[in-house]
Amino acid sequence: MSLPRLRHALAAGLPLAALLGSPALLADPDPSDWQAVVEEARGQTVYWYAWAGEDRTNEYIQWTADQVAERYDIDLVHVKLSDTAEAVSRVLAEKQAGNDERGNVDMIWINGENFATMKTNDLLFGPWAEQLPHYPLTDPDNTPAVRYDWTIPVDGLESPWSSSQVVFYYDTALVDTHPRSMPELLAWAQENPGEFTYARVPNFLGNAFITQALLELADDTEILYEPMQEEDFEEVTAPLWTFLDELHPLLWRSGRAFPSNSSELRRLMGDGEISIGLSFSTTEASGAIANFELPDSVRSYVHDDGMIGNMSFMAIPYNAQHKAGAMVVANYLLSPEAQAHKQDPVVWGSNTVLSLETLEPADRALFDDIDLGIATLAPDELGEVLGQPHPSWVDALAEAWQARYVGR
Amino acid sequence: MLRLAPWLITALLVGPILAGLAMATLPAFGYLPALGGHSLSLDPWRDLFAQPGLARSVAISFSSGIATTALSLTVVLLFLAGASGSRLDRWIRRMISPLLSIPHAAAAFGLAFLIAPSGLISRALSPGLTGWERPPDLLIVQDPWGLSLMAGLVIKEIPFLLLMSLAALHQIDAERRVALARSLGYRPTIAWLKVVLPSLYPLIRLPVFAVIAYASSVVDVAMILGPTLPPTLAVSILGWFNDPDLSRRFMASAGALLQLGVTLAALASWWGLECLVRRLGRGWVAGGQRQRGERRLRIIGKTLILLAAITALVGIAGLALNSLAGFWRFPDALPQTFTLQHWQRALPSLGGPVAATLIIAGAATLLATALVLAALENEQRSGCQPAQGQLASALTLLYLPLIVPQIAFLFGLVVVMEALGTRPTRWLVIFGHLLFVLPYVFLSLSEAYRRFDPRWSRVALTLGSTPNGAFWRVRLPMLLAPLLTAMAVGLAVSIGQFLPTLLLGAGRVTTVTTEAVALAAGGNRRLIGVWALVQASLPLLGFIIAVGLPRLLWSNRRGMRGTP
Repeated sequence: MSLPRLRHALAAGLPLAALLGSPALLADPDPSDWQAVVEEARGQTVYWYAWAGEDRTNEYIQWTADQVAERYDIDLVHVKLSDTAEAVSRVLAEKQAGNDERGNVDMIWINGENFATMKTNDLLFGPWAEQLPHYPLTDPDNTPAVRYDWTIPVDGLESPWSSSQVVFYYDTALVDTHPRSMPELLAWAQENPGEFTYARVPNFLGNAFITQALLELADDTEILYEPMQEEDFEEVTAPLWTFLDELHPLLWRSGRAFPSNSSELRRLMGDGEISIGLSFSTTEASGAIANFELPDSVRSYVHDDGMIGNMSFMAIPYNAQHKAGAMVVANYLLSPEAQAHKQDPVVWGSNTVLSLETLEPADRALFDDIDLGIATLAPDELGEVLGQPHPSWVDALAEAWQARYVGR
Repeated sequence: MLRLAPWLITALLVGPILAGLAMATLPAFGYLPALGGHSLSLDPWRDLFAQPGLARSVAISFSSGIATTALSLTVVLLFLAGASGSRLDRWIRRMISPLLSIPHAAAAFGLAFLIAPSGLISRALSPGLTGWERPPDLLIVQDPWGLSLMAGLVIKEIPFLLLMSLAALHQIDAERRVALARSLGYRPTIAWLKVVLPSLYPLIRLPVFAVIAYASSVVDVAMILGPTLPPTLAVSILGWFNDPDLSRRFMASAGALLQLGVTLAALASWWGLECLVRRLGRGWVAGGQRQRGERRLRIIGKTLILLAAITALVGIAGLALNSLAGFWRFPDALPQTFTLQHWQRALPSLGGPVAATLIIAGAATLLATALVLAALENEQRSGCQPAQGQLASALTLLYLPLIVPQIAFLFGLVVVMEALGTRPTRWLVIFGHLLFVLPYVFLSLSEAYRRFDPRWSRVALTLGSTPNGAFWRVRLPMLLAPLLTAMAVGLAVSIGQFLPTLLLGAGRVTTVTTEAVALAAGGNRRLIGVWALVQASLPLLGFIIAVGLPRLLWSNRRGMRGTP
């Protein structure tokens, strides 16, 4: 066991990487020379770290693996995570140990919060995403969500994959008229105590619910899209806490326990314990009905003032060993074919990030033919998409929620 | 060569744990250069103690360590005291292996589905007996006091302690002790508690300690059954390690050390309880009371163990039902429709993980068995056998992996492995499993090995055999039954490992367990049912071989077949 090496490894980390800038390693592929990238990718094994709690997601990833094996001779391996942060931990441990070139993680399916972390800590490779041949299909100049992930500039460090929006779902057999706003939800809960709950904060769906509530209840929402200033927090969030203090005793289990994630929430719905739930996927209810998890009387709805939405992305760590392969896979994931297959609720039902107007008619037809399922709202019924506030607000909200409701 | 075995084992187990703990200690005091922590400070501890609900998390972890162990041990001892060789007693003994092979997470899911307000029991009684058309809004699973968590742990720890006790009982000639006490007029159960228990307990002390450590730091069961606001300490720590905000790693490391402290405190309190019980018990043993309470004790013991075994089995049956269920609306006792869809979707992806699981478990178990045999044989030949029930040898350190909570040292170990430049491979995972498989194999095999009559080897030596010849041709064949049981335990332990597989394999090595837990994150009970059944069937296979093979090989040697 060589102690000097260990010490060296510990001391490396930040200063070295900061000096070089993450993408500066000589051997890295150049995304602007796409032909060369595809050449280099041939025969590579790409380890894709992706959340695996949903079998339809896993099957879609397996389908992608078959496609890229055939087209690009890439061996795509799905490394199954129960929490995306495990991948971030892994990259961090590698950096800590001075492994700057032969990282295990080639590609991560990432959300805004983890992206913000990796970006601030110089753990990402890039810029590369804007050079992908399929990138223009997202119409980036007219789609801010492609350029700003939770208000953080993407800067070409990640490539869009799926767009999602929060929707509520309810059992029409148990609920006559569904609420159309947070105050209406509160009123409904007063009449139907114990029939609604949301995922425990800081799970992303729990965060989404309290953020949505704040966006609906706050007087001024502009301020939520700027980095948070400590002195504003109390005043801006006061209506949220009044609302939650009233709502919690009316929740499932009187707010003394919360489901830990969206799937557990769905299970409560399937077991008939609650009659209104929410999800970050517009097609979740339809998929769950097809999978026998929810009764076929479940339908989706949105609030009148719009619902929070965002995109999830593909990122490549600074020390990934197979960057070329990862870029080729990310580009394939953006292809109309792969995006249309993904949007089909029978396959997965995750919304496309492509701008349908930019597509060739033949490619557009792929999307027009999809049957969205009985409990899925049509695109024009989904209403306005509210942007995700700055991560500093979401972090502070989650912390304040825990200080307020945990351990009482 | 043989003489090196104990030292090799000690180095192999203790080295990684100490290194891992060291790498958790540095960040706990603010030193983690990759995240800009270059100087020592107490900030991580301040952050940790400022966490909402921390005291409660600690209290739940601590009390579940003590209460789970006390309850499981009491049930096991009362059952053994009252056992009379009836059909029921034999059935329970035969159920040990299947119950042991149910993975903790699967048993927890089964229990959760059984007792939830919308669970199996409630469905069976509703609406007929209860009048419930909708599940009642009762906080049963994930209750804030951790009662359902403790129940889930108890049904898994009972078979483990029972197996360990049965192995130890052979050593102390329990039947003759009871017979003697009965001739003095003691009722059987009282006799057992007064004359067998005091000699038995020192022999099962280590397994009891392992149960305390496990129950106070378990992650997967606590995620399913434990409280949520706040969760237990170990679950909170995992959350902090996985927080998108990387600066929380410092606090998580401090939490990992706190977990170590909580586990040690639970062990120390148990030791205090031992002293108390010993003092109180002495008066009772010497009091000469021969009959009082005998019936009651016997009935309580039987009822509780039966309840635990049936709960576990019905829970698994509930999962099996789920794996075949179509939609299943609440008060219905059975699903409206049945479908093979869940199995059909899972089957194509089963092959790889099952193969990986078997290879890893097989390799880790073989290595562990070889090392344990070498150490035990060395003990025999050098004649420095520890006295009965005493642990005074270098090998005591062997049990370190069972006492130090996984969450306290595994994250640090990953950093060490990275620093040494090891690539995450199947071998690294096998090595990680070895840390946990080895102690259990040793625990299961050592007593049988040490109590093996030395005269057999001596006879072989007088007949001109070499020591090696005596080992291979006399000792090993005669010990085949306990050896295979120990290997089956080793297999089961390896198959159940989640954190070591995930962390040391960098997530690239997928086993049935990592798949099952990743899917459990998705909470689809039908799919969990499929994977839990697969996960439980693999170790069961090991136990079947362990029981069946000796019978097959020694079909003409009754004494060699071992006790089922």
